[in-house]
Amino acid sequence: MRPPTPTPGTQPWVPLEERPACYAPNPFIEVEQLSLHYGQKPAFHNVTLSINKGYITALVGPSGCGKTSFLTSLNRLTDIIPGCRVAGRIRLDGLDVLAPHTDVIRLRRRVGMIFQKPNPFPLSILKNLEFPLREHGLKDREQIAASIETVLHDVGLWDEVKDRLHSPALALSGGQQQRLCMARALVLSPEVLLMDEPCSALDPLSSGVVEDLIVGLRGRYTVLIVTHNLAQARRIADYAALFWVQNGAGQLIESGTAKQIFEEPRDPLTAAYVSGMRG
Amino acid sequence: MAKTLERTFDGRELFASTLVWSAAVLVTGTFCWLLGDILWHGLNQISWTFLTTPPRNAGREGGIGPIIVSTALILSVCLGVSLPIGVGTAVLLAEFTTDESLFGRLTRRSLDVLSGVPSIVFGLFGNAFFCKTLGLGFSILSGGLTLACMVLPILIRSTEEGFRSVPTGYRLSAAALGLSRTTTLVHLLLPAAVPGLLVGLVLGVGRAIAETAALIFTSGYVDRMPGSLLDSGRALSIHIFDLSMNVSGGDAHAYASALVLVVLLLAINGTASWLAEHWLHRRIVTV
Repeated sequence: MRPPTPTPGTQPWVPLEERPACYAPNPFIEVEQLSLHYGQKPAFHNVTLSINKGYITALVGPSGCGKTSFLTSLNRLTDIIPGCRVAGRIRLDGLDVLAPHTDVIRLRRRVGMIFQKPNPFPLSILKNLEFPLREHGLKDREQIAASIETVLHDVGLWDEVKDRLHSPALALSGGQQQRLCMARALVLSPEVLLMDEPCSALDPLSSGVVEDLIVGLRGRYTVLIVTHNLAQARRIADYAALFWVQNGAGQLIESGTAKQIFEEPRDPLTAAYVSGMRG
Repeated sequence: MAKTLERTFDGRELFASTLVWSAAVLVTGTFCWLLGDILWHGLNQISWTFLTTPPRNAGREGGIGPIIVSTALILSVCLGVSLPIGVGTAVLLAEFTTDESLFGRLTRRSLDVLSGVPSIVFGLFGNAFFCKTLGLGFSILSGGLTLACMVLPILIRSTEEGFRSVPTGYRLSAAALGLSRTTTLVHLLLPAAVPGLLVGLVLGVGRAIAETAALIFTSGYVDRMPGSLLDSGRALSIHIFDLSMNVSGGDAHAYASALVLVVLLLAINGTASWLAEHWLHRRIVTV
């Protein structure tokens, strides 16, 4: 039996401030004085931010202010980008992410990522999900099949693909591909999900479906989502952080609960951005 | 200007299309003429006896049995050596060095220079190094190794292109899923790079099987059936050269041998495409 999962989009959204006390925030990722350079070019500078467990945190701000770079430093995808240097401290569940002895493969298993452009592997739908599972040591056929069915239900794709699991993943529509990529990340049971504008390459309908899915992840996963869509951030985020380019590098301008950022911003730049006057 | 949808005569358009069409006709025409000539003169000589018996009377009579065997052996040595080295180097260049690194730049530059070196130079090198220094003498092994040196630059560069044409998204998403570099390479990048490898293979085999200059100095002239890789063996291209240049009255068999060479080349290319296609479809499913 697969565990009952909340049907995406059916829970009414309640602002953080009005939720019961059991939702007390508990920092899961703590970033201190983090800076990132591509060669000589700084991407962002001195970012200090705490991400709370089980909540959705939205990173907003104009293009080129280091939001995506910030995400990729959290799962150390920056390691494979030539010339990329990261300085500062990241603690994930108390572990030092940037330490040289950290096993990036284990880290990335705990921290999944969804990219802007859906990028399923050029394999069958089934293989896309089976391949990472096998790589991480799951050999039992029945267990693999069960996990795959569960995640495909989770992303609402099961009924659409159950009869053509062996057909190419690239034949799916853009929205379906993105949901498959979410399933591929979820099948490894990560604790954190990094999402880099997951809806921006999709049509409005698919975008809505994916957005509902993200809302359904609240509570089970710690979600960090980069988005240019302020309305979307307002709809789904519990916390928000605004990045902006200052002195040639991205800076964290303000962070807080989504309600505070969108309704009572402290920084004039945040106020101008969320009201649509700038950015 | 009159509002009309009727076509008007455009001189430049006509000139450009004439130019493009004549170029295409010229190229296709030359190929057909060449193939037609070989077929016309060679086809009536081809028989089972011709393909299996040894040459007699300096090749004017008899067949080309031992020559086909020598050619196949030389080509096998060449591919057996150059394929693993080629794919390995291509992986190193495409996946483990950046465009700016000194090592990558040096290797790429050397390969580009090597691929432009005339084959006679490879022949002299092969003779000096494989035949004399390593003491392999005039042998199929020397010839195959020399051809491998010649084919490697083409093979490496096009395989490298194959790897580079794989979208970065695959590498990033594989890394984000915690897949190791080796897994990513074997299961995703290598199958996706096969088309590039295939192009290199076809070009390389084409160059190797048609090679004369490099083989005269390394695998030699002997037209007997080779007993081992250390025997000298005459390749098809050398046989054709010899028959048409040194043997009066050898033209008919030269044509027939050329026909065999062309068919062999087409067959190898066809098989390579077919194999890659099947291998690819088993490993990777594109739309």
